[in-house]
Amino acid sequence: MAKESLIGGSIWEEYSQKVQDLMNHPRNMGELTEDDAKNMGGKLIIADFGAESCGDAVRLYWVVDEKTEVIKAAKFKSFGCGTAIASSDTMAELCIGKTVSEAVKITNIDVERAMRDTPDVPAVPPQKMHCSVMAYDVIKAAAASFKGVDAASFEDDIIVCECARVSLGTIKEVIKINNLTTVEQITNYTKAGAFCKSCIKPGGHEAREYYLVDILRDTRAEMEHDRLLAMSNVKVEGTHTVNFDDLTVVKKFQEIEKVIDENIRPMLVMDGGNLEILDIKESDGMSDVYIRYLGACSGCASSSTGTLFAIEAVLQEKLSKNIRILPV
Amino acid sequence: MRVYLDNNATTMLDPEAFELMKPYYCEKYGNPNSLHQFGSESHPALRKAMDQLYAGINAGDEDDIVVTSCATESNNWVLKSVYNDYILHGDKNHIVTSEVEHPAVGATCKFLESLGVKVTYLPVNTDGVINVEDLKNAITDQTALVSIMWANNETGMIFPVEEIGAICKERGVLFHTDAVQAVGKIPVDVKKANVDFLSFSAHKFHGPKGIGGLYIRNGQALTPLFHGGEHMGGRRSGTLDVPGIIGMGKAMELAVAALDFEKNNVRRLRDKLEDALLQIPETFVVGTKEQRVPNTILISVKGIEGEAMLWDLNQNGIGASTGSACASEALESNPVMEAIGAEADLAHTALRLSLSRFTTEAEIDYAIGVIYKAVERLRAISSTYAYAPEWHVSKL
Repeated sequence: MAKESLIGGSIWEEYSQKVQDLMNHPRNMGELTEDDAKNMGGKLIIADFGAESCGDAVRLYWVVDEKTEVIKAAKFKSFGCGTAIASSDTMAELCIGKTVSEAVKITNIDVERAMRDTPDVPAVPPQKMHCSVMAYDVIKAAAASFKGVDAASFEDDIIVCECARVSLGTIKEVIKINNLTTVEQITNYTKAGAFCKSCIKPGGHEAREYYLVDILRDTRAEMEHDRLLAMSNVKVEGTHTVNFDDLTVVKKFQEIEKVIDENIRPMLVMDGGNLEILDIKESDGMSDVYIRYLGACSGCASSSTGTLFAIEAVLQEKLSKNIRILPV
Repeated sequence: MRVYLDNNATTMLDPEAFELMKPYYCEKYGNPNSLHQFGSESHPALRKAMDQLYAGINAGDEDDIVVTSCATESNNWVLKSVYNDYILHGDKNHIVTSEVEHPAVGATCKFLESLGVKVTYLPVNTDGVINVEDLKNAITDQTALVSIMWANNETGMIFPVEEIGAICKERGVLFHTDAVQAVGKIPVDVKKANVDFLSFSAHKFHGPKGIGGLYIRNGQALTPLFHGGEHMGGRRSGTLDVPGIIGMGKAMELAVAALDFEKNNVRRLRDKLEDALLQIPETFVVGTKEQRVPNTILISVKGIEGEAMLWDLNQNGIGASTGSACASEALESNPVMEAIGAEADLAHTALRLSLSRFTTEAEIDYAIGVIYKAVERLRAISSTYAYAPEWHVSKL
């Protein structure tokens, strides 16, 4: 890969012959009208996806038999690069003859595979995978329009990476099981983020709801939290007869010190670190606990993220929801 | 027919320059720093080439034109060494540049920001040019350098360098200009523009690739980027690219001699192409013809994504370019189109056509025909142009 990447190639060289032919001569380009639908004895469906400002927009036309729900004809129009045209054309081709329910099962991966010249060589380079995702999304929009439902209802799971169709659940599971610490590892394990890269972090080609960087950080914090809770092995409920929030500051200090001593310090000390409580301030019903990290903890990247969240979570579970931890 | 309309990316080496370079590969191949005749026999031609470079941009004998590998190196050198000399080891902490610089300046500024430097990116107007009042307001006591291009690579728009140079002189701030798209297209005079540093690249004016230069005014200090020898008076180490320097010198001389031809003949063909394309409904060109270098057109063709257009042109033997979405690895829209505040819808529709003094009228006539056909085909496919029913409302 390194040697290959030194002299930048033209992405056009990576298009399959089928993609190139479809770019020049799309088979299903055009429109369907109410008259067409009437002549075919079906219902006209028109769906849009994307926007010119994003660089890709596609419109799908279907004539659907209302009794059998079979798609009798499909055509498309597209504002986009050549691969968007080829993907849209292939998508329309794949729809013809299927029922609407069958059509929503067509994925971007089906579209991409249908454009391959040989089964094991991708039809388009990685950064062009999102063009086939557009084709997939517009089918859902058309089906939603036909069935009178929301397009999201066709999705069982939250898809983080549209190109590789990797769900949020899968990514979190893979991080936990394999103890992954970097986005590159997530990509290597799941292929999420390997294609158009929009889902890695904000600022890519498309804005996404979930980004791998955030999922990784949150999942790591969850893991740290679980680890500390498991280590502490103390009953959470019913250990305190007096409500923590009603205690004096001195008492609060003692209670917090106790929980930290029993549940948190052993963990930190194992990693060569420690912490001290500097002060507790009460404001608006909240107890703000100011701490200072010592030893290996000070300067540790996790001390302001994962570890901090975990400490806060343990104290909140054991003493009061109204505790906030502020490292100084 | 094959037509090359991407001369802002690179140009053909002028055959006359190529002829002069040839003997220095297999015959007079000595290292010019060697004491023997193999080395010294290249000196007359090197001196001539340096004279041609100095004359080309009106540099004085007291100034330096240091040969580098390209303008990217020249730009990096100025920015990083000004950082070293005036910010890291000085009391300044600010650089002023524009939003539409070439990445060789823009990305280097981003890098310097990561080191703690404060950078002001001046906005541009709808013609793609900065407002000098904004520059005046941006300069502070902390400003070490102003780096503003002479002409923009995408739009061809010429920046008010003489005014910028005067402002920098008055405020006592160093002025660097990336003149890659100006040298060989319009007159470039370092004295008139009062520049301290000026970057250029040979392959943009029919010289060889892999060689360029940095003009440094009258003994201005600048820590070298390349250490390791005494080449170029100690300012830039590395064995001289003898044929490259000779080719660059000749190319500079030829390009400067052809400036009138550029202004009249290249401009006439460019205007012919532009006028023909503007006959197509819903198109616009960035900037007025007079304010642009004579060879460049950045045109937006509504409803047609840039890469799709390039594909159709390439199918017909025409090479052009677009900074837009799909053509680049990063899949971003044309940054210059965004900076000039073009409607977001149009940021992906930019097509850049750039001529040279070797472009012929027959080529332009052919290109007009091909572009007309491509527009017809792609607008018929487009979901966002003309054929789109009125009720089209994007869901995103």
